[in-house]
Amino acid sequence: MTEAVASGPASRQRASRRQPPAALLVLALIGPLIVLLPLAFTLFEAARVDGAEAVELLARPLVGELLVNTIGLVLAATVAAATIGTAAAWLVERTDLPGYRAWGVLAAVPLAVPPFVSSYAWVSLSPGLQDFAGAWLVVTCSYYPLVYLPVAAALRGLDPALEETARSLGCGGCACFRSVVLPQLRPALLGGMLLVALNVLVEFGAFALLRFRTFTTELYAEYRTGFDGPGASLLAAVLLLLCLACLFAEVKVRGGAGYARLGRGVRRRAARLKLGLTTLPALAGFAALAMTTLGVPLGMIAYWLTQHGAAAISPAEASVSLLIDATISSLWLGLSGAAVTVALALPLGFVAVRYQSRFVTLLERMAYLAQGVPGIVVALALISLTIRAAYPLYQTTPLLIAAYAIVFLPLALVSVRAALSQAQRGLEEAGRSLGLGWAAVAWRVLLPLIGPGLGAAAALVFVSIVTELTATLLLAPIGTQTLATQVWADTSTLAFAAAAPYAALMMALSLLSTWLLARRFAATRFVS
Amino acid sequence: MTHLLIKELDKRFLGDPVLRGVDLAVRSGELVAILGASGSGKTTLLRLICGFERADDGTIAIDGRIVAGPQTHLPPEQREIGYVAQEGALFPHLSVADNIVFGLPRRLRRARFRVTELLELVGLPASFAERPPQALSGGEQQRVALARARAPSPKLVLLDEPFSALDAALRIETRAAVAAALAATGATAVLVTHDQAEALSMGNTVAVLRDGRLVQVADPVTLYRRPHDVGVARFVGEAVLLPGVAASGYVTCTFGRLRLSPGAPEGPVEVLVRPEQIRLGSIAQAGVAARVCGVTFYGHDASVSLLLTGEDQPRTVTARLAGHASPEPGTEVTLTVSGDVVAFSPDSGRRCG
Repeated sequence: MTEAVASGPASRQRASRRQPPAALLVLALIGPLIVLLPLAFTLFEAARVDGAEAVELLARPLVGELLVNTIGLVLAATVAAATIGTAAAWLVERTDLPGYRAWGVLAAVPLAVPPFVSSYAWVSLSPGLQDFAGAWLVVTCSYYPLVYLPVAAALRGLDPALEETARSLGCGGCACFRSVVLPQLRPALLGGMLLVALNVLVEFGAFALLRFRTFTTELYAEYRTGFDGPGASLLAAVLLLLCLACLFAEVKVRGGAGYARLGRGVRRRAARLKLGLTTLPALAGFAALAMTTLGVPLGMIAYWLTQHGAAAISPAEASVSLLIDATISSLWLGLSGAAVTVALALPLGFVAVRYQSRFVTLLERMAYLAQGVPGIVVALALISLTIRAAYPLYQTTPLLIAAYAIVFLPLALVSVRAALSQAQRGLEEAGRSLGLGWAAVAWRVLLPLIGPGLGAAAALVFVSIVTELTATLLLAPIGTQTLATQVWADTSTLAFAAAAPYAALMMALSLLSTWLLARRFAATRFVS
Repeated sequence: MTHLLIKELDKRFLGDPVLRGVDLAVRSGELVAILGASGSGKTTLLRLICGFERADDGTIAIDGRIVAGPQTHLPPEQREIGYVAQEGALFPHLSVADNIVFGLPRRLRRARFRVTELLELVGLPASFAERPPQALSGGEQQRVALARARAPSPKLVLLDEPFSALDAALRIETRAAVAAALAATGATAVLVTHDQAEALSMGNTVAVLRDGRLVQVADPVTLYRRPHDVGVARFVGEAVLLPGVAASGYVTCTFGRLRLSPGAPEGPVEVLVRPEQIRLGSIAQAGVAARVCGVTFYGHDASVSLLLTGEDQPRTVTARLAGHASPEPGTEVTLTVSGDVVAFSPDSGRRCG
C-alpha cells in the first residue's frame, strides 16, 4: 500500500478503488485455499518425520537412484527440447522453408498428444523401447512445443532493425545470431526449458508404461502396496520441492524478461533467410520430427484400431458398452471439472484484474503455485486427508473434481484473466453513466466481452481433464472408468488393440478442441 | 439558472486530501473547462460528479437534485449524465449505431432512435452506423462517444480529457466538432483538461484547479489577462515577470512606465508582461535596448529570446512575434510594451487589486 501512495497521484487513485466487496473476496479465496491444502499437507507430513529417521530414509540407495533417474531425464529432455524447439522456431519464423506455415502448426500440435498416449504407441511399436531411452524420446516429443511456442513468438516479436544495426556495425550472420538474437531469445528459451523440466518432473503415466522409475512412479508403487509411511511422505516432499524450485525459476526468468523494444514506430517483419542448399535437409528434419511426434502416435492408434484383439501381446477386445461408459465418464468429468475450475478462477481473476493490492497478488500467486504441485502429490494428499478427516468424500466424484480444480486452476486463471482484461473498467463506467445498473452492465457489457474468453478457458480445462491420467487413476470412484484410465489399463496389460478405441476417441476430442481454440485465437480479436 | 452546484466538496484517498473545499456553480447551457496539471484532482472531481467515486464531504446537486451529500450517494446510472471517457470507451462488441443507442430503452434501441441525427450532430456520415468501433480513427471514436452520451438526452455532459489521446491535427478538428455539437444542442457540459489552449478556446468559463483547490474561476479572457496569482499566470500562458514599483495606476519597471489594469495598489510589485505584448523596434526608435540572442521559428509565429543590454544585470525576456516579422539573431533592437499589464504582490505572488 505504501508503495502505491509513494508512486504518485495516478496509482493513489487506483489504490482508493481497490476495496473488493467482502463476498467477492471470500469467493476469490476458495481457489487459493484449496490449492494450498495438498501442498501444506504434504510438507506438514514430511516435517513430522523424525529428523534422524528422515536422514536415514533420504539416504537410501532408492532415493539416490530416483534422483539420478529423474534429474538425468529432466536435463536430457530439457536440452533436447531446447535444441529442437529453437531450431524449429528459427526455421519456421526466419527462413524461406517451403510450407513454413504448415510446419509451424505441425510443430505445435504434439502438445495435444499426452505422453502416456505416445508411450502406448511406442511401446506397442517396439516393446524394447523402454527405460531411459524410451522415456527421453517420449517426453521430448511431447514437450518440445513448450520451447518452440515461446521462442517462435519471441522471434516474431524481435525488431529486425536490431539485427540490421548489428550487421551495419560489422557483425557477420552467425555472430549476429549469437550476440544479438540469442540474448533476446533467452527469457523465452529459458522459460520454455523450465516448463519442460517441470512437466517431466510431474509426468507419471508415460514413465510407468515405459517402466522407467522416477519419483512419481515410485510414489504410485508405494501407494498401490498400501505403504503410506514416512518414506512416501518424504519422497512426495522432495518431488514437490524440486517442482517448486522449477516453478520459481520460471517465474523469475519470465519476470526478468525486460527486453522491451525501445522507441516507437511501426515494426517491420524480418526478411526471411534463403536456405538454398540446406532446404532439403531442413525439410527432411521437419518431416522426421512430425513423423516421430505425430505420425507414430496417431499411426499406431490407427493400426491397432484395425487389428483383432489377438494381434496384441495380450489378446483382448474393447467392448462397445465399456467404450460408451468411458466416453460418458470422460465427457461428464471434463465438463463438470471445467465448470468448477472456471467458477473458482472467475472471482479470483476479477479481483486480480480490478482490485490490485499486495493481498490480491498474494492470492493469485498462491493459485499459480498449483503449477508446481504434481498431480500425484495432489491425489495422494487428498486421499490421506479424506481417509483421516472426511471419509464420506473418499473415492467420490466431488473429490476427483476438486483435484482437477487444484491442478488446472492456474490454466483457467490465465485464460480468465486474459478474458477479463478485454472488459476494461472504463467500459463498465460508460455503461453506468448511460443509465444501466450493475446487473444490466454485467449482462450487456461484461458478458458479451468476456463470454468467449471464459468459453476458451473452460475448453482448455476440459481438454486437460479428458487427457489427464494421474489424478483420475488414483481418485476415480470404484467402477468409474474414463478414456484415459482405459488406455492405461489396457496398455499396462499389453492389450494394445483393446486400448486403441479409447486412445483414438481421446485424441479426437483433444485435437478437435485444440483446433477450435486455435481457430478462435487466430480470429480477429477486439482491439480498442 | 444554475445547473450544477458543487459545495465544499472534499475527497481523500487513503488519508491524502485530493480535493479540498471545492465550490463550483455551472449555469445551464454553459461549458465549463476544469484546467489543472496532472495530479491536481481534476479527474477525481469529474468522477465525483459522475458518481464513480464517493465524496468524503460536501454536496453535489444536478438540476436542483442532490446527487451526492451527507448520507446521499446516487449511483451513476440514476444521475442522468452523459460521460465521455479519455479514450472514448466505445463497446468493442457493438457497432457504432448500437453503441449510440446503448443507453436507450429496448424499444428505442430496436428502432435505432436518432442514430443518423446524432451522427450528423457530431459531424460523421450516416454510413458509419454499421461500422465496428475498431474501424474508426481516434477522433471519430471520440465523436461517437459524444453521440452516445447525448443519445439519452442527459442533463449534463461530462468530458474527461477527451482529446488528450489524439494527435495534434486531429485534436483541433475533433475539438471543433465537439464544441459545435455541444453548442448546437445548448448542452451544459463540464470538460476536464490539462491543456490550457483547449480550456481557453472551448470553455465559456475556465476553473483552474491546483492541489485540490479551485484557485480561479473566470471567463477565458479575464483568466488570461488578470490571473489570480503568478502560478495561474504561468499555467495559462507564457509569462515574463519583472520587478517594478506601482504608483497611482502605473508601474515603473525595466520597460519604463506601464499602465496597470484597474484596481492596482502602490509599492513594490512583480509585473506580468505576456510575450506577445512585447514589440520590437529599430535602434533609432524609443524603447529599451536589447539584442536578439535566439529565435525559435514556428512558421505562423516565432519565439524570440532577447538580452536586455541597457541593464546592470543582464536579463533575458521572451517575445512572441508574427512569423514574417522574426528578426535575425544578433540584431540590436529596442523593446516597447503594448497594452495594460498586471501586478502581483512580490511576497505572496497574488494579484494586487
